Amino acid sequence: MNIIVSGVKKEYPEGLTVQSLIEAENVEAQMYVTVSVNEEFVKNAEFADTVLSENDSVEFLYFMGGGI
Amino acid sequence: MSSFSNEQLERYSRHIILREVGVKGQDRLLKARVLIIGAGGLGAPAAMYLAAAGVGVLGIADADAVELSNLQRQIIHGTPDIGKPKAESARASMERINPEIKVNAYQTYVSAANVMDLMADYDFVIDGTDNFAAKFLINDACVIARKPFSHAGIIRFQGQLFTYVPGNGPCYRCIFDSPPPPDAVPTCSQAGVIGAMGGVIGSLQAMEAVKFITGAGNLLTGSLLTCDALRMEFRKVRLHRRRECQVCGDRPSITAPFDYAAPVCDIAP
Ligand SMILES: [Zn+2]
Repeated sequence: MNIIVSGVKKEYPEGLTVQSLIEAENVEAQMYVTVSVNEEFVKNAEFADTVLSENDSVEFLYFMGGGI
Repeated sequence: MSSFSNEQLERYSRHIILREVGVKGQDRLLKARVLIIGAGGLGAPAAMYLAAAGVGVLGIADADAVELSNLQRQIIHGTPDIGKPKAESARASMERINPEIKVNAYQTYVSAANVMDLMADYDFVIDGTDNFAAKFLINDACVIARKPFSHAGIIRFQGQLFTYVPGNGPCYRCIFDSPPPPDAVPTCSQAGVIGAMGGVIGSLQAMEAVKFITGAGNLLTGSLLTCDALRMEFRKVRLHRRRECQVCGDRPSITAPFDYAAPVCDIAP
């Protein structure tokens, strides 16, 4: 099925969870990433149980602490 | 509306000629008050552009002194400023750019004890801080005080920002519920940052302040703008307020600003 990952259409097997996508995409600092699916936040505790569907749009948002 | 001197008409002519700004918008800028927290990689360009733009009163808060390792990105300070308080060094640069504005320099860490007082006199706040404790504090204080602000962060070749306006889109805590444990995510001192990244993102923060003040265009509310300079890609990720958010949600548990212990992004010079 098609999943849109950070704006890019990708092919993933059916039954893909947010957690397995995070691993497949090699997301940095995986425990502290914020994930939105179709513009709605997914709680970190629910990553493993959230199953993605065809054409879901997933965004990874990262802590950026710098400024000074 | 104030009447402009010939010198002001000339200084601000490139603003005044813009349909979205005009005399009215420039007048608003001259009467506006913006607080910039942090005179560093983000705060430096933001403060310089807002000073040049003629924002009437600019507050600049920073407790630190200028170090040699700052100068790769903090362009408001120069080599002769090493050792001087950053707030004062920044003030001097801003006044040199535009002597007709008023600059309030606060040589202090922003904390739960002073954040509300510090912000009270300003219309818009720019978060140019370098640590999560300060970023959450500024977010909470602005949400509680119903104060619009620009949030930003930078690291390596990346940056992100969004604008918070009360009742309009998510706050920082909607996106990032609470600070990560120390060392769980890379900070600038460990990971590095390109100086120009502060220029890109800090200038966009100044742009948001100018748009907020003049009413031009649409603010970056309800979206996080991310910049990946290695790919030279900007993306706008649409986001919504979280109803369970601890501070801006329907039943907030945070009703007063508080301090997290602050592991600061400082590096030995
Ligand atoms: Zn919120």
